[in-house]
Amino acid sequence: MLDIRDLHVRFSNRDREAVAGVSLSIREGEIVGLVGESGSGKTVTAMSVAGLLPRKQCEYSGEILLDGTELLHADRAVLRKMQGKEIGVVFQEPQSALDPLMRIGPQVEEVLRVHTGLNRTERRQRALEAMAAVELPDVEEVYEKYPHQLSGGMLQRAMIAAAVIARPKLLLLDEPTTALDVTIQAQILELLKKLNRESGVSMLFISHDLNVVRKLCGYVAVMQRGELVEEGEAQEVFHYPKHPYTRRLIAAIPTRDRKGGEA
Amino acid sequence: MRRGNGFLTAGLILTGLLGALILLGFFWTPWDPNAMAAGPKFDAPSLAHWMGTDSFGRDIFSRVLKGAGATASIALATLAVGAVCGCLTGALTGYFGGPVDELLMRLNDALTAFPSILLALVVISILEPGKKRNVIIALGLVFIPSFARVSRTAFASLRDVNYIKSARLMGASSARILAVHMLPNTLPVLLPALTIGFNNAVLAEASMSFLGIGVTPPDASLGYMLSEAQGMLFAAPWYAAGTGLVIVWMVFGVGLIGEGLRRRDKGVL
Repeated sequence: MLDIRDLHVRFSNRDREAVAGVSLSIREGEIVGLVGESGSGKTVTAMSVAGLLPRKQCEYSGEILLDGTELLHADRAVLRKMQGKEIGVVFQEPQSALDPLMRIGPQVEEVLRVHTGLNRTERRQRALEAMAAVELPDVEEVYEKYPHQLSGGMLQRAMIAAAVIARPKLLLLDEPTTALDVTIQAQILELLKKLNRESGVSMLFISHDLNVVRKLCGYVAVMQRGELVEEGEAQEVFHYPKHPYTRRLIAAIPTRDRKGGEA
Repeated sequence: MRRGNGFLTAGLILTGLLGALILLGFFWTPWDPNAMAAGPKFDAPSLAHWMGTDSFGRDIFSRVLKGAGATASIALATLAVGAVCGCLTGALTGYFGGPVDELLMRLNDALTAFPSILLALVVISILEPGKKRNVIIALGLVFIPSFARVSRTAFASLRDVNYIKSARLMGASSARILAVHMLPNTLPVLLPALTIGFNNAVLAEASMSFLGIGVTPPDASLGYMLSEAQGMLFAAPWYAAGTGLVIVWMVFGVGLIGEGLRRRDKGVL
């Protein structure tokens, strides 16, 4: 469904390529985890898929195909039609990803307003459904609230609702649980699994937290310094890591026997 | 969100009162502001003539009401021209950057290089002096650069904010992002700039009319009246005092509003 082929990205002010020849595919309904430390190129890879690459300030080559449509070199108008409708994105910090001066409801509806001809009441109806689907309580009330009136976990749910409202084929999740505390993290992961089960949306889940990836993803790709160093079924990668970097990452997961710092 | 704020309240009360008086002045004044010999010449303030009379025996209070109306409306129109053009320039340059930004901001710098009164004088003399509309155009032009600068900074600082990115990722057009998502979030910066702009416009109009290239007689504006009052500073000091007082009142009230807004929204952007 999503095919990234030999993606290269280099920012004009850097010597090293941010992404150096990444190829990765995601099948329909699959959740793929993209793991790596900060600066390994995972976010740049996702940005390229989302069409958020600052094109004038970087050199790029390769192909990104979403159901046969080329995204990397597509012009703005084509991209705009895909953004939101075919590809949904959820960011790390929900507090900053929502417009502080706009009520939650209209923000959840934004994609519909841009991409469909639905009228106000129809949009509202769809928004309330989407908000209920991400298990927000009292959707009618939350619809009228401003971002500062909600907790981080609720905001992230609202963001997810906004990202999936138009039933996109692909959901890009850029560390969506990193800014949340652990209990909320677990709830959001459950929610993502449920959405994936029920709607069959594919997900590219970016994280530096292997523990989280292990709980959610069926397939894992590991990036280091712009390159994919290892990929495979999640269980396999976790149990039989081949690349030394993957082994180090796995060794860094704190467990009951091995607390942080002793690894 | 809205806390009690002494500056804002005081400013709103002062400006509201003056606004009501000006509004009243549009429909009714105690005397006809241009009627000569409404009372004796150089009459000191009394119950009949609250601010006294001038050398023609015209009622100063009535003239101040009318004049304040003229000044305020010119200032508002100037502000509208300057703020709309300035914000548009600022929004485009701040959001898109690149060559458009360079070109418009260098033009902007060129405008700023001229002393503002001189620039306004030149524009007015090219257009045709003595017309209200031309005063507004000239002053509006002078006000564009400062607004462009302020709003450019505000829009540029929002460009890479996450919620703008996410709006873009939802496929929103640039126009929608600028108008719906960015503009409201720049208001904490723009509103105080507007109040300061209004005050500068009042003073600029007053200076222009004082120099004799603004409003022409028999119509009155505060600046023109002030220049009249200069000639009879000793015979009728109340003329200058009354007119000056209203200018100060206007500027002070709006200034308080601006300061109040700034304090209320401190730390928002």
